[in-house]
Amino acid sequence: MTQKPYLHIPRPSARPGETPDFSYLELSDAGTVDRPSIDEKAKNIEYLSHDLVRVLDDDNHAKGPWNPSLDKDTLLEALRYMVMTRTFDNRMQKVQRHGKISFYMQSLGEEAISIGQGLALEPGDMLFPSYRNQGLFLLRGTGLVNLMCQCLSNTGDMCKGRQMPVMYHDKENNIFSISGNLATQYPQAVGWAMGSAIKGEKHISVSWVGDGSTAEADFHYALTFAAVYQAPVILNVVNNQWAISSFQGFAGGERRPFAARGLGLGMPGIRVDGNDLLAIYSVTRWAAERARSGHGPTLIEHVTYRGGAHSTSDDPTRYRPKDEWAAFPLGDPMNRLVQHLVALDYWSDEDQSALEDETKTMVDDAWKEAVSFGTMSDPPFLSTHLMFEDVFKEIPDHMENQRTELLELIGETS
Amino acid sequence: MSQMNMIQAINSAHDIMMERDPSVVVLGQDVGFFGGVFRCTDGLLEKYGEHRVIDAPIAEGGIVATAIGMGVNGLRPVAEIQFADYIYPGFDQIVSELARLRYRSGGDFFSPVTIRTPCGGGIRGGQTHSQSPEGIFAHISGIVTVMPSNPYDAKGLLISAIESDDPVVFFEPKRIYNGPFDGDPEKPGVPWSSHPMGEVPDDHYQVPLGKAAMVEEGNELTIICYGTIVHVAQAAARTTGVSAEIIDVRTLYPLDIDTIRKSVEKTGRCLVAHEATRFCGYGAELVATVQQECFWHLEAPIERVAGWDTPYPHAFEWKYFPGQKRLAAGIRKVMETA
Repeated sequence: MTQKPYLHIPRPSARPGETPDFSYLELSDAGTVDRPSIDEKAKNIEYLSHDLVRVLDDDNHAKGPWNPSLDKDTLLEALRYMVMTRTFDNRMQKVQRHGKISFYMQSLGEEAISIGQGLALEPGDMLFPSYRNQGLFLLRGTGLVNLMCQCLSNTGDMCKGRQMPVMYHDKENNIFSISGNLATQYPQAVGWAMGSAIKGEKHISVSWVGDGSTAEADFHYALTFAAVYQAPVILNVVNNQWAISSFQGFAGGERRPFAARGLGLGMPGIRVDGNDLLAIYSVTRWAAERARSGHGPTLIEHVTYRGGAHSTSDDPTRYRPKDEWAAFPLGDPMNRLVQHLVALDYWSDEDQSALEDETKTMVDDAWKEAVSFGTMSDPPFLSTHLMFEDVFKEIPDHMENQRTELLELIGETS
Repeated sequence: MSQMNMIQAINSAHDIMMERDPSVVVLGQDVGFFGGVFRCTDGLLEKYGEHRVIDAPIAEGGIVATAIGMGVNGLRPVAEIQFADYIYPGFDQIVSELARLRYRSGGDFFSPVTIRTPCGGGIRGGQTHSQSPEGIFAHISGIVTVMPSNPYDAKGLLISAIESDDPVVFFEPKRIYNGPFDGDPEKPGVPWSSHPMGEVPDDHYQVPLGKAAMVEEGNELTIICYGTIVHVAQAAARTTGVSAEIIDVRTLYPLDIDTIRKSVEKTGRCLVAHEATRFCGYGAELVATVQQECFWHLEAPIERVAGWDTPYPHAFEWKYFPGQKRLAAGIRKVMETA
């Protein structure tokens, strides 16, 4: 090589040992972004894809046109589920460290997204989650024990031991099966929404991917099909700044926000403070009403920060500054909601402590119940029979033969 | 009963299923207004409307993925991938999603998608319009892989596929859309009206998935094949004068092992043939199965005739395609041994 290479290799603003720097994030003040009508054409509301919709201001008050004016009960319900999500995550992270489950993924710092959006949607709306949306399951009533049993691959596991931890689903509550393959659920959600529109139904679908997964072809299929057919779908990009060790610039986030990805297709994008539950709720309602009334899809980018590791398999101190989350300008979503409730005089530090204790007890009790269905090391164990079921509706003969062969070999013929 | 070619038979299967089941929808590139580049969906848009016969963007991954989503939402999608050579962008959605959904969700979710796609060579399509990737799909756990060899089977199998709650990848050998082809490109084309399997019931009927067809009975040799090669094998066997039993597997997966076993136990000799490339091809599985099931009945090594292990070459099409000469040579080889 005789000449100086000039290929641009994106670099994060800080690596371990360097000072966190979020100056690349363009922020708007709370309450300053206009809220258009739900039928506004995408070309007239492009500002929504680069401004940042925020409701909670620095003094913990809700303000501006996107303030959803939620009542006290709803706010307290939101907080309750955010605390529940975080407590659940804490516990599962710990049991993974103790070797009780093989793997785990926390949603630390991103809880407001699942809870805020979940509250803004209707029960009949179909959710196609990513692996960091556990709050949706808690909110829709999947139940702590069921989630834990999935992580334990035990006799209570909804997946019958076939998926690694956190790949939940809940058919009854309209939450689709999580795939370990990234972004594949995104165009499926669009197909579901197309089905809803074909049938003339008002149910919408909603899906989530991370910033990193926007680079997948499936992301682009989803946007194209959603725009072409004006499918009643909300497509969310959870921009938590990091895809394992790759910062969001490696998915093309350096020059334009992810929310702007749909503009070329005429799909409106909204960039929202992903740590502001009120703003999240509000933009989701806007997008849901838009979809439900036949005005098509919306892309929402949630600007947030992945407070923990990608999963229990990586150590973030190896690739980003230890104190980066503390320097994140949009704070911690749970604390921000708590402070808002305190400012409204709905809540106190004592109430918060009591809630955290209460949820911790619930999680403790749930864990005790979950392990009674077995763990990877303790019975009861899943029947080996299950291994060969559900590949097809009926087991083909040759697979039945394989099952018999295995059961005989391991002495489980009874 | 009507005389139908494979295109008309496939079209009829769509028509009957869309008439019977309002949840059946069709999607794919050019399937709507134009009726498909091979005309398999001709007339469906006029009859069933644009919300059930949906022209799609050129994005095979998107077509498969949205079909999966529609299936989860209670529809019964039939997706067309315009050429099997273009199915690869949809491969991840087929393998990682469609094939795995029922299993990974503990049986709670499934999506009854049928994916139709024209495959195979003999039409001067070069490497991008001639491929036979069926073996790749037959290898995937959770997918039913089908390839009919005539109009009667095409209609009956497609109806079974659409009615199945399991995902089906349905390969249509396009060389024989309009008539059976014996492997000799110099001979004038023969229409399906001259073939007994071109006689197709107008109404609903099923050809069951997972069941092979005995195309010709014989007692000296079993030829296991499918698709276009069924017709080539019949012609080749005639030139050799060998009494060959010809089995059209029709469904590649799950495979009808019983029919194969009974035949090879009777004849003691076996030839496996397909258009697809040889190495790790579907024929390898057939050979392994016959070896395992019928070893003590075999009087000669099992022979395999397949496409050469090159990409499908435009200029050398008839040197690549396993025609009568290669099939006959394979037959003689099995017969000469021991």
